[in-house]
Amino acid sequence: MLEQTARSMLCVKNLEAWYGESHILHGVSFEVQPGEVVTLLGRNGVGKTTTLKSIMGIVERRAGSVRFEGCETIGLPSDAIARLGLAFCPEERGIFSSLDVRENLLLPPQVRPGGLELERIFTLFPNLRERLRSQGTKLSGGEQQMLAIARILRTGARLLLLDEPTEGLAPVIIQQIGQTIGTLKAQGFTMLLVEQNFQFAASVADRHYVMETGRIIDQFTTPELKANMGKLHDYLGV
Amino acid sequence: MFQIFGIPSQALFGQLLLGLINGSFYALLSLGLAVIFGMLNIINFTHGAQYMMGAFAAYLLLQHLGINYWAALVIVPIIVGLTGIIVERLFLQQLQKLDPLYGLLLTFGLALIIEGLFRNYYGSSGLPYGVPDALQGGRNLGFMFLPNYRAWVIGFSLVICFATWFAIERTRLGSYLRAATENPTLVRAFGINVPRMVMLTYGFGVALAALAGVMAAPIYNVSPQMGSDIIIVVFAVVVIGGMGSIMGAIITGFTLGIVEGLTKVFFPEASNTVIFAIMIVVLLVRPAGLFGRGA
Repeated sequence: MLEQTARSMLCVKNLEAWYGESHILHGVSFEVQPGEVVTLLGRNGVGKTTTLKSIMGIVERRAGSVRFEGCETIGLPSDAIARLGLAFCPEERGIFSSLDVRENLLLPPQVRPGGLELERIFTLFPNLRERLRSQGTKLSGGEQQMLAIARILRTGARLLLLDEPTEGLAPVIIQQIGQTIGTLKAQGFTMLLVEQNFQFAASVADRHYVMETGRIIDQFTTPELKANMGKLHDYLGV
Repeated sequence: MFQIFGIPSQALFGQLLLGLINGSFYALLSLGLAVIFGMLNIINFTHGAQYMMGAFAAYLLLQHLGINYWAALVIVPIIVGLTGIIVERLFLQQLQKLDPLYGLLLTFGLALIIEGLFRNYYGSSGLPYGVPDALQGGRNLGFMFLPNYRAWVIGFSLVICFATWFAIERTRLGSYLRAATENPTLVRAFGINVPRMVMLTYGFGVALAALAGVMAAPIYNVSPQMGSDIIIVVFAVVVIGGMGSIMGAIITGFTLGIVEGLTKVFFPEASNTVIFAIMIVVLLVRPAGLFGRGA
């Protein structure tokens, strides 16, 4: 166990977070190993998004410990955290309307060598190549989601935090995003995913943490899911 | 001499030129205000005082150090821009999380203090600043006489305005600025040092005001209240153009200068109020301004 902690890419311990007066996270602890795809599951409002934002350093106040590749980030501002090699894809996608698709794609600066080449990104997301001159927010929901993922692949970040990448999208596009996550995993990207879509989570991830009221209350590997469907039904209310 | 609409051409073109000159300053100043508002969400009421500081800095550099107009065009925006950066670091940064009203109050108070200090030391009568030798005189265009210095002011401010527009709308650095205007939190989470960008943006906006001040020194007298005289009109220009639109600030600045000039020809009584009348109409019809993106 100790050895595993030492090799963790991301190690979160007793993470607490607040928005103004409200205490959202009450001591979240979990780990992500290099090359893994891990999901945070749970009902609405249990603190999944806040967990991602706290790791990225964009909540008002946080406490506890978040170590990325052994480096403590709890006291760092979000720009310094990003430069360590983490990248965030927000739930609302965060496509900039005053930037065209190309500018949106090129916006995040390279934080490390080894990001994907543009050509490689266009093979993953062929739609984007044809829309480079369009205003960012004129794209369809699915295309915006692809743009939001695509732009953090260039930067050399090795850990991607994806907040509900399938929300509000058509099944065929969800399938495409699932394939993309598989491809990225094969290329050595590590991903931490927040998901409401349990089927999707089961199809792309290696391990799952279940959250309730600002804490991790259980965890499963994907092969263990089937045997624990009853518990999951209770946790998620699906 | 020929006549247009019963007006002697000399008078018409003369006022048109004056309008373009005023429009150049409106454009430069409202451009700086728009850039600052976009990034900091603060209406920089110190802008007029910073324009005045630009004119004074040019005057003092010439008087005490013999630094001429051309060198002042480069040095003054840097010096005054640096004072802006200090103001941002010391004060504005502390107000970021508060209601924009606090920024407004702070910059308004600062403007009063700066103007008061200059009035205390230099009086309010105004100090002369000569037109640089290379731009003395003028040329006869046949229909009017065009002083060289005024032609330079119009041409140079067009160049500065266009360069600023290009830098913001067409370059990579500009895309950072536009993105940070929309969503500073996310831009910062991509690894960009947004607080430093905000600081430099304020410095740049202030430098634009100072540059306008240097250019204004040979035309208007260098006086402590020169900023508050012009800034009221500039705020009206910004309201008409729409806060935060770069091209809107430029076009509205020049256009309203010309409108003001033409009003002096056709209906002189209204020339001081025409811009405010337009402002009221625009506020009624399009509250976000002619170039504003919704409210």
